[in-house]
Formats: sequence, structure tokens, C-alpha cells
Amino acid sequence: MSKLQALTKSVLGWVDDRFPVTSTYKEHLSEYYAPKNFNFWYYFGSLALLVLVIQIVTGIFLTMNYKPDGSLIPGTNVSVAFTSVEYIMRDVAGGWIIRYMHSTGASMFFVVVYLHMFRGLVYGSYKQPRELIWIFGMLIFLCLMAEAFLGYLLPWGQMSFWGAQVIVNLFSSIPVIGPDLSVWIRGDFVVSDATLNRFFALHVIAVPLVLLALVVAHLVALHEVGSNNPDGVEIKKHKDPKTGFPIDGIPFHPYYTVKDIFGVAVFLAVFSYVLFFVPEMGGFFLEHPNFDPADPLKTPPHIAPVWYFTPFYAILRAIPSFLGTQVWGVIGMGAAVVIIAFLPWLDRSPIKSIRYRGTKFKVALVLFLIAFIGLGILGAKPSTNTRTVFAQIFSFIYFGFFIAMPFYTKNDAGSVPVPERTTETNTQRQLAFLAYVGIAVVGAFVFGKLV
Amino acid sequence: MTNQVDNSKRRFLTLATGAVGGVAVVGVATPLIASFFPSERAKAAGAPVEVDISKLEPGQKIDVEWRGKPVWLVNRTKEMVDNMAKIEGKLVDPTSDASDQPDYAHNKLRSRAEHANLWIALGVCTHLGCSPTYRPDLAPADLGPEWVGGFYCPCHGSKFDLAGRVYSGVPAPKNLVIPPYKYLSATSVLIGEDK
Repeated sequence: MSKLQALTKSVLGWVDDRFPVTSTYKEHLSEYYAPKNFNFWYYFGSLALLVLVIQIVTGIFLTMNYKPDGSLIPGTNVSVAFTSVEYIMRDVAGGWIIRYMHSTGASMFFVVVYLHMFRGLVYGSYKQPRELIWIFGMLIFLCLMAEAFLGYLLPWGQMSFWGAQVIVNLFSSIPVIGPDLSVWIRGDFVVSDATLNRFFALHVIAVPLVLLALVVAHLVALHEVGSNNPDGVEIKKHKDPKTGFPIDGIPFHPYYTVKDIFGVAVFLAVFSYVLFFVPEMGGFFLEHPNFDPADPLKTPPHIAPVWYFTPFYAILRAIPSFLGTQVWGVIGMGAAVVIIAFLPWLDRSPIKSIRYRGTKFKVALVLFLIAFIGLGILGAKPSTNTRTVFAQIFSFIYFGFFIAMPFYTKNDAGSVPVPERTTETNTQRQLAFLAYVGIAVVGAFVFGKLV
Repeated sequence: MTNQVDNSKRRFLTLATGAVGGVAVVGVATPLIASFFPSERAKAAGAPVEVDISKLEPGQKIDVEWRGKPVWLVNRTKEMVDNMAKIEGKLVDPTSDASDQPDYAHNKLRSRAEHANLWIALGVCTHLGCSPTYRPDLAPADLGPEWVGGFYCPCHGSKFDLAGRVYSGVPAPKNLVIPPYKYLSATSVLIGEDK
């Protein structure tokens, strides 16, 4: 043993007696055994963590030049907040790149999280014993939606203002307490400087703290029960009698750290392409009306939320008001988010992975995917009679997927039984995956053009 | 010293401490929650606005700001008023009985009798607070051949006629709100006060 190694060992020993460095490292990395059959879908958890870090770091640097001040610069109709964002974009060295990282990061966060959630859906990762991981994940999703909404007000552009106006007014449709509640949220009778200041405070400190705590809870719960996998089998059932480690598991470090770094490299290439060539993504990541300063007297001719909210927004629009109140649309939108959290109890099938599920679930899942993507496309477009009818049909399918789940998942097994151990993938599966992705993309494109 | 543990006393003390601590939490939370309500300065804002209506042409609409919200003034032509009567069957509340307006505007034209053609309203959709677009054109391509002029909300597609009465089958539940107002002279109106 060299002198350096001996020194390291004694220092580490000293620390270990006072703080669990080595045991934590073993428990969560070098001896955390994850199933060996992870595929493409298992990149998105670690990528979500990466995007969280990007958002926190770029966010910290943005606050150094941003001013949450809705008052107008004398003699103009432009606010201090809007001007400070333009200042970051034009005059601060590296400012534009930091802001585009943050705005691209916001959209990529949802790309990654939606794919991560879809993975959970197809492989039954929410099922017993992982219900709490799913619940924590849903709370993270709620925090993320709050972060995105609060942050979108900060540039104080037209979309910022009117988006906040619409969303805060959702609360005013709640019977009895609604109007006072919306005044309480705004801190004023209209969306104003008071609203901007509190949204800034919530966006940069309150919600991120909750978000971080939830991410820790999500990971602690995951490492307690162990990861699910594409076959939906429990690797802990078959342990090596000598070591006690699962036979079908491999240590997270170095195997999955290396795999995830490959994913990170590919992801960052995509991220950089967006960042440098299409930071506005044709108005989907940064909407065009938001380059106009907020005007409380004039709503832009077409307002729509950023793409990641459009499925839920389409549900809101699809439900008409009746009995003299529009609260039903608001309830529908809220329920569309909350109902996802109940998946572990709605799904009655003992089979986790889609690979071994029966036809009924597969058909339901395809319908659900069509409805979700369809709603997303409809929510981004101005409403017409035809589109409203489509949105109503899709909303019906969306809720039907969840509400009817206890019935169609009962006694629904596929022709291939669930294996005892994890399986190898095969070319047929890989080709089928590519075909499904192709159909989804082309289908979404055609629907978007036609409707 | 005794080894006897008085469990009921212990439970009582734990509960009492918890209850008193709970009261303290509520007390501390009160100012934090109260700080979210509008400040005294925000409450004080909202003085009435005086508008010159002498240059308002027939068919023209102007916007003024009152309490941070848009207020519209529309000088309706006779044709517009006549057309409004034709589409009453498509409205949710043509007599405005379930909508918000001062008593003097609780009529079909939803305006004061002395200037019945001049319509003043809060330009805020009763659905989710967007400001609808003025669409006085007849039978435009996007709103259909039966459109006789009115307001279209770009956010969620609500439609209103030229008295702010909502069409049925759209998200907005009520007619547009009429603010209090009074005429100071033949050419001047005060918005926000009617006494």
C-alpha cells in the first residue's frame, strides 16, 4: 500500500467514524443493485436530475440581473422587469445563453418528465410496492407545474400577464370563497406588481425548496424498494446465496453511471441544438406575444399556454359552463392532473409490464396516448367548433382510461406469462419500438395539420 | 423518587403542549397569510375616471383604464341596436337578470336611458378575465354567417353581443359586467361613480 493510499484510508476512516460517507456511497451507488435489463426508457430519471441542476444554476445567475418590478419606466409603457430581461439578453456578457439555458431547460424538464412518467405507465412502475415513489413523483410534477407557471410571469410580457390572469381567475370560479381567494393570490384586484413580486419569491425559493425535498424523498423511497424494470419482475426474489445481492442486478456505479453519462451526452447534444439554433422552438418554448411588454388593457389575439400545459388546458376549454358557473372546466382540469396519482389503486392487474399484459390494457393505453397527444395539439390552437368536439371526445377518453381501469385490468393477461427472471431484449422488440414512435410522431403531425 | 409512571398525566401534558404549540403556529402564520392580501396602498387605488365622449363616432369603440382594468365605451349605431334584437334567442340571459350591472343599466341595451346607444362595460370576460376583441363586422369568415357584431374572447372562444350579453354554448357563464357610471354633461361621462 502506497503512502497516499494509506493516508486516504486513514482520513476516510476518521470521517466515517463521524459521518457515514462510505456506507452512504455503498448503499446508494456502488452496492445499489439495479436490474440489468434497463432500456432506453430508463434514461429519463437521471436526465430529470440533470435538468434540475441546470435550472437551479442558471436560475441563480439570472436573479443577479433580473428585477421583479412591474412598475413602468417613466414615459414608456415598458416595465422594469421586462427591461431587465432585455438587458440580460443584450447587455450582460453571456446573459442570453444563461437565459436560453433556463427557458430551454424548462421545456426540456417537461419533455423528460413526461417520458419518465410514460415509462412508469407502460412498465407498471407505480404498482405495489412502489406506490409512494409514484405519489412523490406526482407531487414533484405538481411542483414543476407551479414552478413553470410562476416563472412564466417574470418576464412580464403579454403572455406572462394574460396567462397569469387566466390561471389566477381559475380560482375565482370556486364557489363562495373563489373571488376572495383570487384576490389573495394576486395581492391586488388585478395582476400587478404585487403579484409579480410574490411569484418571484415563490419561484426562486419556496417551490424549489419543496421540490428538492421531494426529489430526495422520491430517491430514498426508490432505493428502499429497488427499481422496477421492463419485465416488471422483482429482482430481489432471486439473490446470490453467497453475497446476498440480486442475481439479475448490477451495481449502479459503475454500470449505470456510465450508461447515464452516455444518455447525458446525447441529451446535451439535443439541448445544445435547441439552445443555439431554435431557442424559441417556433413559439413553443418561448411564445411570440411574450416579446411584447405586458398590456393590461389588451389581450393578444390568440393566447395559449406553453406546450406542456396544453393537454390540461384543452380539457379546461372542452367543458362548457352550466348552472351559471364555469367551475366544471376548472374541476376537470384539476382532476386530470390529480387522477394520475391514483394509478396504483386503479390498476387491478398483478402484471406490471406491458410486455405481459393483455389486449384490453394495450388498446386502452393506445387510446389514452392518442387522447393525450391530441389534447396537447388542440390546446395549442384557437378553439373552433370542430376542435371543441375533438377535445371533448379526447377528454372523455382521457378520463375513461383512468375511471374504467379497475374493470379492464381485472383478468387481463397476455399470451406470454410473466417470466421468473429478467429477459434479454430482441430485434423484433427494438423494431417495434421504432415503429410505434414513428406512428406516434407522424400521426401527431397529420392530426395537427388537419384539425 | 418513585418508579411509578403516571401515564395519564404524561399524555395530558403531551397533548396540552401540542395544543398550545398549535395555537402558536396559527398565531405566527396569521401575519404571513395576511400579508398576501392587498396592501392598503393597493386598496386605495381606484379613483373614478372622467372620459370625453364628444369625439366618439357612431360604431366606434374606445378603451379607458379604471382600477387597472379595461373599460369600453361603444357608440352603437341604430343598425347595431336593431340587429341585437334578432339574435336574442341565442343568448343565455337576454334580460340580464342573472348578471351584474347597476339598476339603471338593467335593460335590454344595458345602458343609461339618456344615452341608450352609448354602451359602457368592463372589458373583462366573465370566464377567466381575458379582454374580448371588438368584432363589429357582419358575417366574418371565422365567426360564421349569422354574426351580427359583438365581442369574441380569444382565450376560450366566448361570444358576446354588442350589449355584452353572452351567447349560449360558450365557456363564459354571465354577461359582461357594467361598472357604475354617470353623465357629467352631454359630452362627458364619469366611470366608477354614479352618486
